[in-house]
Amino acid sequence: MRNAFAAELTALAQTDPRIVLLSGDIGNRLFNEFKERFPARFFNCGVAEANMTSMAAGMALSGLRPITYTIAPFVTTRCLEQIRVDICYHHVPVTIVGVGAGLSYAGLGATHHSCEDIGFLRMLPGMTVICPGDSVETRLALHSAMKQDNPVYIRIGKKGEPVVHDEEPEFTIGKAISLRKGNDICLLSTGNMLPEAAQAADLLETKNCSIGLYSFHTVKPLDEELLTDVFDRYKIVVTIEEHSRLGGFGSAVSEWLTDYAPHKARLLRIGSFDEFMHQAGSQSFARKFYEINAEAIVDKTLSLYKETIC
Amino acid sequence: MSEEKQSELEIIARRIRSRLVELSHQARAPHLGSALSCVDILTAAYWGCLKIDPAAPDDPLRDRFILSKGHAAPALYITLAFRSFFPENLLDTYTQDGGSLAEHPSPGCVPGLEAATGSLGHGLPIGLGMALAGRIQERSYRVYCLMSDGECNEGSVWEAAMLAPAHRLENVAVIIDYNRWQATGRSEEVMAIKPLKEKWQSFGWSAYEADGHNIGQLVGLMSNIPDGSGKPVSIIAHTIKGKGVSFMEDDNNWHYRIPTADEVNEAKRELGTLTP
Repeated sequence: MRNAFAAELTALAQTDPRIVLLSGDIGNRLFNEFKERFPARFFNCGVAEANMTSMAAGMALSGLRPITYTIAPFVTTRCLEQIRVDICYHHVPVTIVGVGAGLSYAGLGATHHSCEDIGFLRMLPGMTVICPGDSVETRLALHSAMKQDNPVYIRIGKKGEPVVHDEEPEFTIGKAISLRKGNDICLLSTGNMLPEAAQAADLLETKNCSIGLYSFHTVKPLDEELLTDVFDRYKIVVTIEEHSRLGGFGSAVSEWLTDYAPHKARLLRIGSFDEFMHQAGSQSFARKFYEINAEAIVDKTLSLYKETIC
Repeated sequence: MSEEKQSELEIIARRIRSRLVELSHQARAPHLGSALSCVDILTAAYWGCLKIDPAAPDDPLRDRFILSKGHAAPALYITLAFRSFFPENLLDTYTQDGGSLAEHPSPGCVPGLEAATGSLGHGLPIGLGMALAGRIQERSYRVYCLMSDGECNEGSVWEAAMLAPAHRLENVAVIIDYNRWQATGRSEEVMAIKPLKEKWQSFGWSAYEADGHNIGQLVGLMSNIPDGSGKPVSIIAHTIKGKGVSFMEDDNNWHYRIPTADEVNEAKRELGTLTP
């Protein structure tokens, strides 16, 4: 996803002279082409995310379209107050890009996990929160974000994730992408969980369930039209995210559901539980630890499904 | 600067101080000592140094001035009003429900206001972004950032202080209102702020010390940006909190205290603005 981000950004910068890239001392080779082609519009801001974030706001106040980029927890929670005051209060078009969403960098330890960022950022007034599902969506999300006149947070994984979309889908901020339609269970996946969700959908279909699957890439604003539709049509709606069950995508949907109840479907929220992971381990280990991998999604979904149809 | 010009600016500064004391009383709003402390710096900037045009507050080529110590907002509001950025009677709405003039300035609340501040340590990083934008857009405006000494507690100030010289941002100037007080104590006792000039020098800045109440000296230093060193400039302006009103000077109670009607009159008498 990060290579797709760098390539798309370089292409966009060719046509939009307002685009400026600010990096928090990361992505050395990743941005080589950008740096070669637009040396005046690349800044390595050092390991100083607060300053980088406020500088981006200052640039945006001067008519530019800056992007801040580093590892997700450092470009969000580390400098949350700068995002809140300088970007959101001024409501300027800064795009914040966090790499290593959720448990992408599980092996680096919990300092580098990012399971709270969706929660923090979606609370900020005027902030758009996009979690692309694969590298195709990453390109499309960035393209759309650069046309916005407001703050955007794009939460991307790392590199080498499976590509889910065979062809380029239509991408609109705030509109989920349909991948599969069914009748019984609807999986709404946000961000880099999309391949895991697709696998869960395959497994559930072998259990004779009719499965819907959406890439719900925009957590804010929510695609309320789609939510209304799926909560009326399906028996169970499952939100899937590599993020805490507190405050993230599932929370956003449950807030919506509370406001607009009653609906036919039950909601199941798949996300990490309220605990830091102290063990070492890969992303797949961490997903298993937090019970958010495909197998855990299937188990939890079937358990609720049986309860629901009985 | 000519003596005539200097005394003209000193009269303006006294008028600003007088209005500040009135506004604090009317609005029952604190931070009077902090606001009085930086009046001469604001006067030097807005009447002696900045390339600005109140008729074209959004001119892309204008100099930028950021009041990073946002709690001195009323001093900036009065300055901008007296400098004709907006009608003076708008000042009467300061802190009123539904008004545009909050105790800390909101984005774009009045013409001439460059950035919303109030949380400390934000102004300089924003200013660096503006300066780098000017470089990208090939506009040679200057960026001034007024900070308090207490504000130098914030880590983001020093993040910015390290970045600016690395990019040779010689069109950036920091002015530190060094009144030696922060909200609840002597700034040099709360944090090891001394030696402040040497700190900025060691971070790669061209640093100067000034009498923060000598408008002529301030205009001289602030007009000389860039200063020819190729470095950003830091001006340590030695000031007195509560300056201009004898019973408020260097008394930190006036960080939060609100003057009574009698105290307003006494202050105005001292400032020579009491009309019989």
